[in-house]
Amino acid sequence: MIRLLTFFSLVVLFVVYSAVVYTTGTESGIRLTTAEQQLINKGKSLYQAKNCQACHQLYGLGGYLGPDLTTAFSDKHRGPGLIRALLRSGGNLMPDFKFSNQQIDELIAYLKYVDTTATPIKETRAKIQRGLSNR
Amino acid sequence: MSYLATALLFGLMGGFQYILPKFLQDQLAFQKIRPLHVYLAIAWIFTTAQGGLYYYLPRISRKKIYWPKGAWLHFGLQMATSLSIIIAFFMGYFGGREYLEFPPLLGFLIALSWLPFAINFFGTMRLNLVNGPIYHYSWTIGIIFFYITLSESYLWLFDYFNNNQVRDITVQWKALGSMVGSWNMLVYGTSMYIMDQLRNDEKLSRSPIAYFFFFLGFTNLLFNWGHHTYIVPAAPWIKTVAYVISMTELLIFGQILLKFRRTLSEGQKTYHSLPYRLLFFADVWIFLNLAVAIAISIPAINYYTHGTHITVAHAMGTTIGINTMLLFASVLYILQKEKPIAVSQKKNIIGRGISITNIALILFWLSLIGSGLVKISGKLNNEAFAVIMGNCKPFFKLFTGSGLFILIGLFMIIVSGFIIVLKRSEKHSNQRALSSVS
Repeated sequence: MIRLLTFFSLVVLFVVYSAVVYTTGTESGIRLTTAEQQLINKGKSLYQAKNCQACHQLYGLGGYLGPDLTTAFSDKHRGPGLIRALLRSGGNLMPDFKFSNQQIDELIAYLKYVDTTATPIKETRAKIQRGLSNR
Repeated sequence: MSYLATALLFGLMGGFQYILPKFLQDQLAFQKIRPLHVYLAIAWIFTTAQGGLYYYLPRISRKKIYWPKGAWLHFGLQMATSLSIIIAFFMGYFGGREYLEFPPLLGFLIALSWLPFAINFFGTMRLNLVNGPIYHYSWTIGIIFFYITLSESYLWLFDYFNNNQVRDITVQWKALGSMVGSWNMLVYGTSMYIMDQLRNDEKLSRSPIAYFFFFLGFTNLLFNWGHHTYIVPAAPWIKTVAYVISMTELLIFGQILLKFRRTLSEGQKTYHSLPYRLLFFADVWIFLNLAVAIAISIPAINYYTHGTHITVAHAMGTTIGINTMLLFASVLYILQKEKPIAVSQKKNIIGRGISITNIALILFWLSLIGSGLVKISGKLNNEAFAVIMGNCKPFFKLFTGSGLFILIGLFMIIVSGFIIVLKRSEKHSNQRALSSVS
C-alpha cells in the first residue's frame, strides 16, 4: 500500500508542479505590440519549418554543427549584419535557403526577441570575462 | 533492429559532415540527416521495448494477448507513421522541434500507434502495484508518461506557450527530459524482468531497497529536468528544485559503487551468457553516465558544459551504452528461448560485436567529452565559432572513426540477429524430427 501511496503522491506533486511552472514559473516581463508579436511568430515558424535547430541551439536546445544563436543578435562579433549576410547566401557549412528579404526580416526579428529574453546569460558571461581579464 | 541499422548509417553520415563539410551537403544536408538519425534511434528504443513486452506479457500473466489484431494494427500504424516521417524529412517538411522534428500531425499519429499497444498492455497484464515486482510499475509509468510528455511537448501549438520564449523553452526541456525518462522506464523494466528470469528469482525486484531506488529514479524523471534549464531565465526556484533532486542521484551512484565489486565478479562468472554480458556492459555505462549526469547538474559546471558535446556524450552513453545494450539483452534472451541452437551458432560473432561496440563507444564518448572541453576553452577565450570548430577537428575525426567501429560492431549483432530470426523455428523442426523417427 505504501508503494501505491508513494506513486500517487508523486503524480499529484508532478501535476501541481507542472501547473506552477506553466504559470508563475515562466512569466515574461517583455511586452510586445500585436505587430511585433506577429513578426516574431512568423520568424519562429520559419525557424522551425527550415529545421534550423538541427544545427543551431537556442538556450542549449538543438544541434552543434552551427553556433548557438541565443545571444547572436547582440554579440559584437556577429550581430544583425552578419546574420543577414548568412541568411542571404549561406556559409561554409550553412546551406543557402534562398530566403526572401521579408523572411530574413522575420527571422532576425525572432532572433532579436530571443536575445532580449537572454539578459541573465549576457550578464553572467560579462562577469566571467571581467574575472578572466582581471587575472 | 532495422531502425537501429538505419539510425547508425545516418549517424555516420552526420559524423562525416563534421569533418568534410561539403559531404552530401546538396543531396542530404545535416538539417535532414540529424532528424533521420534521431528519430530512427528513438524508434529503435521504444519499438524494441514494445516488441519485448508482446513476448513477455502472455508469459507473465499466463494468458493470451488481450487483442491480437490490435498488435497487428499497432505494427501497421507504426510502419505507416515511420514511413510518413522519413518521407517528410527527405522532402524537407519539418516541425522543427528537438526530438520531434517532424510536422506536428505526425506526432498525433505516433500517439495513435501507441494506443493498441497500451490497450494490449493493460488488457493482458495482471497488474500488481501493491506488492508485485518493480517492472509492473516501470512499464505502467513508461506508457502513461509517454502520453503525458508527448502531449506536453505539443503545448507550443497554443499561443499561451508559443508567444513566450522562456515558457516555450522551459516546457520543451521539461517534456523532453521526462519523455526520455518514460521510454527508459520501459527499457529498465524489461532489463529487470530478464534479470529475474535469468536468476530464476524475483526477490531482488520485490525488495524494499529496490523499490526505494526505483521511486528515487521516478522522482528524478518527474522533477530533475530543470538542470537543462539553468541558463533559461525562468523562476530561480525551478533551478533549485532541479539541483536538489538531481543531487539525490548521488545515492543511486553510491549504491552502484557499493555493489560494483559484485557486478564485476558476476560479470566474470556469467560472461559466457550473451544477455548477461550485455547487462554487465550496461551496468558499466550506467556508472559512467551517472557520474557525468551528476557533474553537469552542478550549476557552476553546467554553465560551461551546457550546449557542448559533453551533453551529447551523456546522451550517446545512455542511448548506446545503456539502452542499446539492455535492448539487445532482451532480443537475445527471446532468441535464446526460441532458437537456442541458432543463437549458439552465432555466439562468437555476436560476442565480438558486443566487444567492438563497447571499446569503440569508450573512444566515441571520450572524443565527445574532449571536443566539449575544447569548446569551453574557446568560449572562455572569446574565440570565433569557426576557430573553435577547427580546434575540435581531431576529436571530430576520432568520433567519426569510432562511430564507424560502433556501426561495425552493432551490425555484427544486427545481421546475426536477422539470420537467427529468419531461420526455421527450432521447436517446429524438432517436432518434425521426432515424428519422422516415430
